[in-house]
Amino acid sequence: MSQTNRIAGGLIDRSQTLNFSFDGKTYQGHAGDTLASALIANGVRLMGRSFKYHRPRGPLTAGSEEPNALVELRSGARQEPNTRATVAELFDGLTARSQNHVGPLSFDLLAVNDLLSPFFAAGFYYKTFMWPKAFWEKLYEPIIRRAAGLGSLTMQADPDTYDKGFLHCDVLIIGAGPAGLAAALTAGRAGAEVILADEDFLLGGRLNSETLALGDQTGAEWARTTLAELASLPNVRIMARTTVIGAFDHGIYGALERVSDHLPEPLPGKPRQTLWRIYARRSLLCAGATERPIAFENNDRPGIMLGGALRSYANRWAAVPGEKVAIFTNNDDGHRTAADLIAKGVKVTAVIDSRADAPRIADCELLAGAVVTGSTGRLGLRFVKTRTADGRERMIECQALGVSGGWNPNVHLTCHQRGRPQWNAALAAFVPGGTLPPGMLVAGAANGVMSTAGALASGAEAAVATLADLGRKAKPADLPQAEDAPVQITPLFHVPGKGRAWVDQQNDVTVKDVKLAHQEGYISVEHLKRYTTLGMATDQGKTSNIGGLAVMAEMTGKSIPETGTTIFRPPYTPVPIAAFAGRSAGRDFRPTRLTPSHHWAAEQGAVFVEVGMWLRAQWFPREGETTWRQSVDREVLATRKSVGICDVTTLGKIDVQGSDAADFLNRIYANPFAKLPVGKVRYGLMLREDGMVMDDGTTARLAEDHFVLTTTTANAVGVYRHMEFCRQCLWPDMDVQIISTTEAWAQYSVAGPNARKLLQKIVDPAFDISNEAFPYMGCGDITVCGGLRARLFRISFSGELAFEIAVPTRYGDALMRRMVEAGREFDAVVYGTEALGVMRIEKGHAAGNELNGTTTALNLGMGGMVNKKKDSIGSTLSEREGMNRADALNLVGFRPVNPADTFAAGSHLIARDAVANAANDQGYLTSVAFSPNLGHTIGLGLLKNGAARKGEVLRAVNPVQNSETLVEVVSAHFIDPEGDRLRA
Amino acid sequence: MIINHPLLGPRDSQEFTYLGDANLIDRPDWQAEDAVDQFHDYLYLRNNPAGAHRELWFHEQGDRSWLVVTRDTRTHEITAVELARDVARAKGRSK
Repeated sequence: MSQTNRIAGGLIDRSQTLNFSFDGKTYQGHAGDTLASALIANGVRLMGRSFKYHRPRGPLTAGSEEPNALVELRSGARQEPNTRATVAELFDGLTARSQNHVGPLSFDLLAVNDLLSPFFAAGFYYKTFMWPKAFWEKLYEPIIRRAAGLGSLTMQADPDTYDKGFLHCDVLIIGAGPAGLAAALTAGRAGAEVILADEDFLLGGRLNSETLALGDQTGAEWARTTLAELASLPNVRIMARTTVIGAFDHGIYGALERVSDHLPEPLPGKPRQTLWRIYARRSLLCAGATERPIAFENNDRPGIMLGGALRSYANRWAAVPGEKVAIFTNNDDGHRTAADLIAKGVKVTAVIDSRADAPRIADCELLAGAVVTGSTGRLGLRFVKTRTADGRERMIECQALGVSGGWNPNVHLTCHQRGRPQWNAALAAFVPGGTLPPGMLVAGAANGVMSTAGALASGAEAAVATLADLGRKAKPADLPQAEDAPVQITPLFHVPGKGRAWVDQQNDVTVKDVKLAHQEGYISVEHLKRYTTLGMATDQGKTSNIGGLAVMAEMTGKSIPETGTTIFRPPYTPVPIAAFAGRSAGRDFRPTRLTPSHHWAAEQGAVFVEVGMWLRAQWFPREGETTWRQSVDREVLATRKSVGICDVTTLGKIDVQGSDAADFLNRIYANPFAKLPVGKVRYGLMLREDGMVMDDGTTARLAEDHFVLTTTTANAVGVYRHMEFCRQCLWPDMDVQIISTTEAWAQYSVAGPNARKLLQKIVDPAFDISNEAFPYMGCGDITVCGGLRARLFRISFSGELAFEIAVPTRYGDALMRRMVEAGREFDAVVYGTEALGVMRIEKGHAAGNELNGTTTALNLGMGGMVNKKKDSIGSTLSEREGMNRADALNLVGFRPVNPADTFAAGSHLIARDAVANAANDQGYLTSVAFSPNLGHTIGLGLLKNGAARKGEVLRAVNPVQNSETLVEVVSAHFIDPEGDRLRA
Repeated sequence: MIINHPLLGPRDSQEFTYLGDANLIDRPDWQAEDAVDQFHDYLYLRNNPAGAHRELWFHEQGDRSWLVVTRDTRTHEITAVELARDVARAKGRSK
């Protein structure tokens, strides 16, 4: 029969019947149900197996603090493990499976762990699986991993999207129970910008779970009426299904909105979840309280749950876990559960109250001064064992037991900035104390105000105080008459006994484990946590931390506050990693920068390589070419024979202007710039203040007070940042302005003997670019293609006669196409970064591999460039003795003694007869390529005193690939060492 | 964190790049007798207090101002935000 355990009433919509399945069996529930409430309504108490001992478990709670009822929700790529059934909203077609068992849930083969429990106590792994060492990876770990743990992943890509959002408000109200609603009403009516966020899909907090009246309405009705008014206020934003997960610096709060988790799949264009960053001028924490259990032997049987949860299932969801129910309590609130259930026609067999002076509140048998000492029932509760006030043992029949050990204020967010809660003896609980996060006030049960009337009033008062702090006047909202009972509690955290009593059900930690920790000296709370794993599961010990502390306090003979409290950290409840990533996933992980010729290159079938955020063409394969080397060799040979074109837009470009511009460059570069004539380009070497090389590039003087410099692609951002630092922090009165123009200009290198001829077809005839008029290292403003403004620089990275031509970026694609067309008669090629690299190694130019943060100007053979007659960044510390040793590394070239041999970058240089070890290390190879012009491998490398060792033969040793090659030290300039081609 | 930019008002710290101790403004005189020692101390001996710390932040995703932010390293409370250029001038730096 369907929904055997459904009773009358509740806040579910019985007109909507929803079908769902659990472990392959089909059930029905209603709109407004959670998976847990619908299963309880269908008589299902057993929902999973525990983490370590594979004990049968059912829900302990009715909310986000749930430790037990964790299921795998949905199927296929959307399957999600470890979902709390107590907060999973029911939808039609929902599928869920229990997890962590081998064989059926009712007969888990790994339940043998429970029989072996003496071996699995706290610290068992540390003590047992110590040796032999090799067994850990191969034997122990796989077995433990198989036996322990919770749900499993599908290993399929998540098909959903996740968003991030940003919100601003005057007051963020966290929690929409009585305190939060009264606060929102007060602040909303006063006109403040209010965000009211609650993790539940039905707002109202405990008002939806209680039968207490508010004026002439039920609590749930008052919540509806209040929310309707709030929804009508344009300055109030109500965010349901939104958990505020953390209180961060300066009033920034994180909140996870489950936009689509209540639907079979997200609506088109909607994210599954949104992670909000809320900038709140003030916040009100109205997060309520969480009930805690009392530990006793076998207190984890399905059917044993918190008293307040039992009341929620009955009142809000019209579901009871059994026909007969008993209550075990140490405070008056437990009796309220009994009274509510009796009013619903449920048989309450007894209220067992540990207090000898327990009041008679509900109309059923009361066992005052009695405790529950055990339970029976293989897969669900059948009897509880009690010890009555006179010491006799008595069995009481029940399928459900509501346990109430008192309520803990939800202080979590008050601790996110290291605030420590304080012990309140009257409540027997921690309340917010010490320093709260700036701008936060706490109201209602979260602040230890446990009655409904108290919560309403404190919410309204806190709102008035908060608005006054913001300089606004507000008057407290008119509030209905409500229950105002004081908290009556005599603390009891566990019932002493021989058997196992669970403190932390999610991580399977028992009272005995806490005692063992004490016995072995792990007395500090932080040690207790880590040794037993108490409170370290995904529920972060919301129902277990205080119980564990209490047991430890008992062992040490100290009070609970003396024993301490653990620090709560964000997030309040688990957040999927995908929500933190948002849209920054897959190819959108970071932006992709495309060069102006990218689309042209893609049309040619270019192979691209990621260079930082840029995509650059690596080589351009032509028909018949089967390996990358064929393409690269062709591009290199064609460029050196005739002409090649390369997109060099990615190099950083920085525009420097002002009357002090020349002086400024003189200080940021090691070599002098003050006397660079207008219309000329100069190579610049930039040092860090510690004397290491930071970057290099070329600087063109376009006018007396106008320069354009280039940086390497990789350092463009860092060099610009450094220049701003120098300008603003070191020399604040210099008249110099800088701006990055990397993306404003498309820039191409045109290199090779026919470079000028090609460009003469592009550059307007008014501009003479002959060798006499436009010599090596010349530059100037020109026009191309009939009037388009452009810049031309006669600089060369390849060692050939070469120019770099720049046009405004939007003309970059057109210029590339025009140049390719113009180059056809010269058999021009377009070359990629590989050919670029080969040619610069052939020419002996240092690049990123050599400017690696550990090299000095001296190392790179440019020591003479560091001008000692002026102040520049890095010049002083370059003079340090250690950086000027006679045996310093020098950049030199290498070639294989046998031309057929190859070697690899990274290989270390060792003398011919020496052992290959660190003590005999002579240096290393930084850049290696095959030179198609020379027909063998060439390399650049840093060698001790290398400049004086030309002709010497060494071994290039590569221990990683277990190879070595005899190499000869040669000049780094393999091609045209005299530079005739450059100046042609 | 939120940094109250002197020109632009409150901005999220995600827009900024952090450098460190604001004493990096006090670059020594290269012509001093003991210039190498002074530069060594300037570069390598940075303050790292538990408490109020004057430090350099760069508004990289914004107006490219370098700022001197006084931040308590224990609580992240920010008590002052100044333009680094103004701080440098106040320390007597010019050209």
